[in-house]
Amino acid sequence: MKFGVITFPGSNCDYDAYRAVKEVLGEGVEYLWHQDRDLREFDVVILPGGFSYGDYLRTGAIARFSAIMGAVKRFAQSGGLVLGICNGFQILLEAGLLPGAMLRNRSLRFVCKYVYLRVENDSTPFTNAYKIGQVVKIPIAHSDGNYFGDEKTVEKLEASNRVVFRYCNPGGELDDHYNPNGSLNFIAGIMNSRGNVMGMMPHPERATSQLLGSPDGRLVFESMYSYLSRKERRKVS
Amino acid sequence: MSTNRKSRKPRLWRVDVSLKEGVLDPQGTTIRRALADMGYKNIKEVKSGRFFEIELDGDRAEDAVKTLEEVCRKLLANPVIERYEIKRLK
Repeated sequence: MKFGVITFPGSNCDYDAYRAVKEVLGEGVEYLWHQDRDLREFDVVILPGGFSYGDYLRTGAIARFSAIMGAVKRFAQSGGLVLGICNGFQILLEAGLLPGAMLRNRSLRFVCKYVYLRVENDSTPFTNAYKIGQVVKIPIAHSDGNYFGDEKTVEKLEASNRVVFRYCNPGGELDDHYNPNGSLNFIAGIMNSRGNVMGMMPHPERATSQLLGSPDGRLVFESMYSYLSRKERRKVS
Repeated sequence: MSTNRKSRKPRLWRVDVSLKEGVLDPQGTTIRRALADMGYKNIKEVKSGRFFEIELDGDRAEDAVKTLEEVCRKLLANPVIERYEIKRLK
C-alpha cells in the first residue's frame, strides 16, 4: 500500500500527514513534489493543509494549476483515493474535483481550535471505521472554511449522501453556536459522486493521539487502510 | 510593418471581481457594520471585491476582451461565487 503526500510551495501540514500515515498505519508513504506528474504507483494521494502559493488570489486558486494537478485528476478518474485536508480541500474545490467554493469565515477570523464533527456517512473509503452519527473531536485551522454551493449543488450533495462530516455540538446536534465558520448546512467535509475523492476542513492528521488532544482523526487513515486491504484481498481471490 | 509596431503598444484594462448576488459577503457586511458604528447610518450596503489592472498587447478590443474573459473564467474569478467586469482604461 502506498500513500503520497503532495508538497506545494506553502504547504505546511505535509509532514503531519506523512507522519500520520507512518505512525497510525505503518504503511509506505512518500512526498510528492508539485511538479511531479506520475502517480501510477500510489493508492492514495493526500493534498495537505497550508497556504499554497501564499493563498494569493483565492485559497487554492494557483495551486490547482500546478503540474501535479493534471495527474491528480487522472488519478481520481482511475479510482485512486484522493484526500484533501484544509488547504487541500480548497485546492480540490478550485480544481473542480469537488463541487462548491469556500468563502471567508463568518467571523473574518482565522479560527484554530478543536471542533466537534458528526459522521454523516460511514460507508465511504475515508470513514468506514467510524459509525454513522458518531461525534468526533478534530481541530480546524483556517480563515476560509465557510462552505458555499448554490442551492442545486447543496441539494444534490445532500440527496446523494455526500456530506460526510458536519460541525455539531458535543451532543451531536446541529447548533449554530458550534458552526465555526458559517458553512452552509454545517458542512465540514464532502465527497465526489464516485466516492473516491473527499475534502474536509478539519485536520485528522493533527488528531492521531490523546497526547495531541484527540485520537479521533486516526480513523480516517484506518478507514482508507481497511478499504484498500479489502480491495487487495478481492483482487487476490 | 508600421501597423505591426502599432499593434504591440500595450493597452491598459481593468478587471473588477466581486461576489455574485446572493453569495454571503462577510467582509462587506463587517465593513458596513463598522461604518454604522462610526456614525455613517445612511450607508446601507457595502460589497467587497478586488481589481486587477492588466496591460495587454494588441489593437483589437474584441480580441483583448476574449482573452480577458478567458483569464477571468480560468483564474481571476471563481465562477461558483464570483462575477467579473472588464473595462478599458487606456
